[in-house]
Amino acid sequence: MELSTLLNTVQQLFGGLGASALIFILTLVFSMPLGLLVAFGRMSKWAPLRFLLPKNQTCSKALYAIATFAPIQFLFKIYIAVLRGTPLMLQLFAIYYGPYYLFGIPISLDYRFVAVIIGFSVNYAAYFAEIYRSGIESIPVGQYEAATVLGYNKVQTFFRIIFPQMCKRILPPVTNEAITLVKDTSLAFVISYPEMFTIAKQISAAQTTIMPLIVAGVFYFIFNGVVAFVMERIEKSMNYYR
Amino acid sequence: MQKILEIQHCSKKFGENEVLKDISLSVAEGQVVSIIGPSGSGKSTLLRCATLLETMDNGDLIYTGQYAAKSNGTEAIYSDKATLQQIRKQFGLVFQNFNLFPHYTVLKNITEPPMLIGKRTKAEVYEEARELLRKMGLSQKENAYPCELSGGQQQRVSIARALAMKPKILFFDEPTSALDPELTGEILQVIKELAAEHMTMVIVTHEMSFARDVSNHIIFMDGGVIVEEGDPVQLIHHPQQERTKAFLSRFQQ
Ligand SMILES: Nc1ncnc2c1ncn2[C@@H]1O[C@H](COP(=O)(O)OP(=O)(O)O)[C@@H](O)[C@H]1O
Ligand SMILES: [Mg+2]
Repeated sequence: MELSTLLNTVQQLFGGLGASALIFILTLVFSMPLGLLVAFGRMSKWAPLRFLLPKNQTCSKALYAIATFAPIQFLFKIYIAVLRGTPLMLQLFAIYYGPYYLFGIPISLDYRFVAVIIGFSVNYAAYFAEIYRSGIESIPVGQYEAATVLGYNKVQTFFRIIFPQMCKRILPPVTNEAITLVKDTSLAFVISYPEMFTIAKQISAAQTTIMPLIVAGVFYFIFNGVVAFVMERIEKSMNYYR
Repeated sequence: MQKILEIQHCSKKFGENEVLKDISLSVAEGQVVSIIGPSGSGKSTLLRCATLLETMDNGDLIYTGQYAAKSNGTEAIYSDKATLQQIRKQFGLVFQNFNLFPHYTVLKNITEPPMLIGKRTKAEVYEEARELLRKMGLSQKENAYPCELSGGQQQRVSIARALAMKPKILFFDEPTSALDPELTGEILQVIKELAAEHMTMVIVTHEMSFARDVSNHIIFMDGGVIVEEGDPVQLIHHPQQERTKAFLSRFQQ
């Protein structure tokens, strides 16, 4: 292969890398806060029929199940189960083609990018929600009790005492998710969004060589090196307490 | 003397397990009350009910004349959130395992609550916090994080944190039980100094001689009831009830 072709390939892939990086960043920006809301929903204990429980005495299993049924928690359990239990590729398809097949709304090309960001954000929010939940549940109950006795309300307790400690604890699994996300951005090829992998495949097909795919692989690897480096720095910056 | 705390006919069950059975207790201003008893006798649960971490099934809970909960005959009816939040400002609790906020420095652990909850000015709160740290012998540690301190130092910080809220009454739940034996002395000394300053306190402890020396009133609990109570010297050296004698004999070897 000529040097000029290789350079041209690298240049095109570089443009694609920009698109991949944009998906990566926007997905994190949207899915991390959304994940917190999903985690709250998943941890909701609101049970509107709790008043049916008899005080201080046992009751039948069926009545107990009905009285302690928490609808919000149930809804978010389903959300998490569906988004973690089906392929992200399928979810991207559904979000991109869904509006047309379900409602007959014509799909614009601009929507392709929006669909990618919605698909990734909604999917990653489910994973982040479970990471947050495990982080929150790992905080000793004594932290809540100390704050409560000092007069902190629920919101103050969460944002001042629990959330900062949660952030430190969840960094390792969040790093895992971020690294997976770098590679997952390539799934946008299924709706032909021109990120790096889509472009690499196109060039590869046109020039009948796997060189572009190898270069893309190297780029993903370097991208992840940067992500791992940044996450390690953040982890170190939180090491001032245990 | 004004009554700071009054608990009347408090009962509490966990499922079928009756943990507190008709407990009554009152603490006057400046009084130091010790609670002793075997593990599982309900001492912590009683403190947790008094500090609103746990709800009583039945009984009255009154702080300086203000009802936190009032029995309607069959169950305890708790006051509204705002009243309870008001009542929380009257007491402090020191935990067995400190429960300091690990992501805050010593100084922030002590200063955030009075500023955020007590709505007091930063200058005033910081001055008082430094004074408290000086009293606790921790002036050098104000910028340290809890993980950099010994257990005894952490417990002194947690006492300072509770005192910074200027509570009318301070509860201690086995404040030395999580400490190495050589560190318990420093905490007991701090509590003795507070007693000398007429701080109103309720102390759950297994340190019998400390309880005898520091308190004006001692309560022996077993199986969720107050078996015997009265003058500390009298109760520890001349217990009347068989159960009290059996319990104390285990400490006298
Ligand atoms: N949250 C809880 N749920 C169920 N049982 C509990 C709970 N807390 C305490 N208990 C039970 O209540 C009894 C008294 O416990 P506790 O008040 O901790 O005793 P003490 O502090 O005197 O050792 C024990 O039998 C304990 O198992
Ligand atoms: Mg206990």
